[in-house]
Amino acid sequence: MATLHTVNKSPFQNQTLLSCLQHTKSGDAVLLIEDGVYGATKGTALSDAVTGLSAGVKLYVLGSDLAARGIDVAKLGKDITSVDYAGFVDLVADHDRTQNWL
Amino acid sequence: MSEVKKFLYVNRKAPYGTIYAQESLEVVLIGAAFDQDVSMAFLDDGVFQLTKGQDTKEAGLKNFSPTFRALGDYEVTKLYVEQESLDERGLTLDDLQDIQYEDEDDDYAEKPSIIVVSRAGMADVMADQDVVLSF
Repeated sequence: MATLHTVNKSPFQNQTLLSCLQHTKSGDAVLLIEDGVYGATKGTALSDAVTGLSAGVKLYVLGSDLAARGIDVAKLGKDITSVDYAGFVDLVADHDRTQNWL
Repeated sequence: MSEVKKFLYVNRKAPYGTIYAQESLEVVLIGAAFDQDVSMAFLDDGVFQLTKGQDTKEAGLKNFSPTFRALGDYEVTKLYVEQESLDERGLTLDDLQDIQYEDEDDDYAEKPSIIVVSRAGMADVMADQDVVLSF
């Protein structure tokens, strides 16, 4: 009974990503989309917090939203996987529910 | 000749998640026609607007980032970028576009438009304006 969480806001602008991560259960997945992808990069003021709160949770990021913002996949944090739109669909299908953190 | 005023356009939002960044550029370009002293400030998530390598094809969005390199032609030559905002986001000047203008008072020499300032320096820039418009 795992949940796919999506986050579409910049973690530097509000607390949505951190709140989402604090409400996940082991086995859940979090997909960062739109401005949420800024939470996926390493070496930021928030990257340690994101890593620390993601134990037992799989982190994904939508590749087209990364590219739009000029973020190279080499800048992604450890254990964060980039997916395309088909991968997005697979994630939705593979989880029992999707929760959008708007 | 009317008095020239100092206008500052403050950009604090990332480029594509909301329409603010694109609207700001539109207003700057319109405002540039009025021969005022125009500057732009980039702080908080606004620094993301200036990153290089933006490719919006797959996301199906309009890539407006090349417009920043045309601002010099509209005599918008002062783009203040806050150092602390870059640091917090794991960015350096190297991650930003190389934006230049031709200085007509110096034999059209190409000079950088981006001016990196501290948070305190940004406060000074803001305090020095006649009009501040926020996006």
